[in-house]
Amino acid sequence: MLPVMALAIIEVRGLSYTYPESDAPSLIDVNFRAEPGEFVLVTGPSGCGKTTFCRALNGLIPNSYGGDFKGTVMVDGLLTTSTPVYELAQRVGLVFQNPENELFCTTVEREVAFGPENLALPREEIAMRVEEALEIVGITHLKEKSPEELSGGEQQKVAIAALLAMKPKVLVLDEPTANLDPVSAKSVLELMHKLNKNGVTVILVEHRLEMISHLVDRCVVFEGGRVAADGPPREVLYSDKVSELGVGLPKVVQVSKRLSSLIGEPLRFLTPEELATYIRGMSY
Amino acid sequence: MISIDGVTYSYGEGISALDGVDLEIGDSELLAIVGENGAGKTTLVKHLNGLLKPQRGRVIVEGIDTRETTVATLAKKVGLVFQNPDHMLFAETVEKELSFALVNFGLPPEEIAKRVEWALIEFRLSNYRDRSPFTLSGGEKKRVSLASVLCYDPQIIVLDEPTTGQDNLQKTRLASTLAKLNRQGKTVIVVTHDIEFVADFIPRVVVMSKGKVIADGPTEEILVREDVMDASSILPPQLAELSWKIGLSTPSINTEMIVEEIRQILRCDQK
Repeated sequence: MLPVMALAIIEVRGLSYTYPESDAPSLIDVNFRAEPGEFVLVTGPSGCGKTTFCRALNGLIPNSYGGDFKGTVMVDGLLTTSTPVYELAQRVGLVFQNPENELFCTTVEREVAFGPENLALPREEIAMRVEEALEIVGITHLKEKSPEELSGGEQQKVAIAALLAMKPKVLVLDEPTANLDPVSAKSVLELMHKLNKNGVTVILVEHRLEMISHLVDRCVVFEGGRVAADGPPREVLYSDKVSELGVGLPKVVQVSKRLSSLIGEPLRFLTPEELATYIRGMSY
Repeated sequence: MISIDGVTYSYGEGISALDGVDLEIGDSELLAIVGENGAGKTTLVKHLNGLLKPQRGRVIVEGIDTRETTVATLAKKVGLVFQNPDHMLFAETVEKELSFALVNFGLPPEEIAKRVEWALIEFRLSNYRDRSPFTLSGGEKKRVSLASVLCYDPQIIVLDEPTTGQDNLQKTRLASTLAKLNRQGKTVIVVTHDIEFVADFIPRVVVMSKGKVIADGPTEEILVREDVMDASSILPPQLAELSWKIGLSTPSINTEMIVEEIRQILRCDQK
């Protein structure tokens, strides 16, 4: 008998992709798998293929972009190349860097209702989904406001609520905090953690590893269009390969690595709290 | 030399965006202004090139009172690089973008060509000379907007959130560009939320909160003060947080110093 494998929520096989009118491929033979409910952090230097990868996960690539696409991307058992956008949109939500580019309705409530309305759901179902989405994101108090008058952090939460109203199984976020101040960024990242605990599979592209690495199950590093590292954050961030790639390692990781070689014991801490607890423990 | 003396400014009735700000910035300093959203950082730097004039107090830039001159005059001395390059860029090609201000300032064509060449090389933009700035990536656009300001050689350079969307390598490059300009005698002021960037690369930090300057001094001293970080609701650098949590007698933002202090703690206990 063949071993029974859990059905992956995302399965990418041998994906290579070149944008139209580009000479060089943006993705080269990418293989990637995510289990339902996983929280995966994707990082790597600018131009490494992270954004292209995100676009491939919800079918924007190749369906809207064209270009030269090889390999397969399956989301929740559906091939992105042969599934209509409205079907994919109910399974994968994509959040971009700049929420200003996504929001267009006159009120937050309408913005969040827009997706479900387009699925032609019954009125009560739409109202319920909107309530729920606003509630979980924590922006019920903003529902009458115009998205234009909100702060960047609030706008990003509106964009996330609008996707949640579609009840996606997977959320893909491409540097959602790039334009946010640290306090708003932290709040958006904590929201991702909460949604993930509620069962949503989260694929998050982020440079600020110090804010997020301790909350994720896996860390995938792209470089030059390829997957350069893939594993639990404590393995990936402490690997020699990743430090060679010039990924900005959190200071706690840098200090722990130095201490490891001084005391001859491997330390794999990700937060100041973890490292401080260890040191306090050693000094008593 | 910039001297800001008791400056108050409010956009409407009621809340002051700036509430009695005093600040001295010497020639060829490299400093950061940090603080929560709405602390008054951007309002303050808009006073440096005269975009805003103080409602009370005064701002003196290189000996000129900003109320007694024009933005056009101050713009030659103070170059402002905005956070969002899309708000700055407009020309058909990168080359035209870089030469725009120079043409307006009436520089001779040979001088313009020389400065544009310099900027294309310095910011690794030579391959994009004839490209539209709008077709470039976010990081490349940021470099074009910074280059377009540096082209006209202002004595004082103000950068608003220069590190957003930049990866680690790009940040390191930006830091070395800023350090180089600073060594050449320029005053460089960075307005930012990126506290780790400040901790690593900027020697002086001014912390603002609710329209006031609440701390000002050497970065390694200010960013390890728990009271200041709390009062301004800034997330502290990771190493400062680590220092407080371990209870280090001399909190630090320097990796070497932290490693040394921890080594001593651990070694003492082994005796």
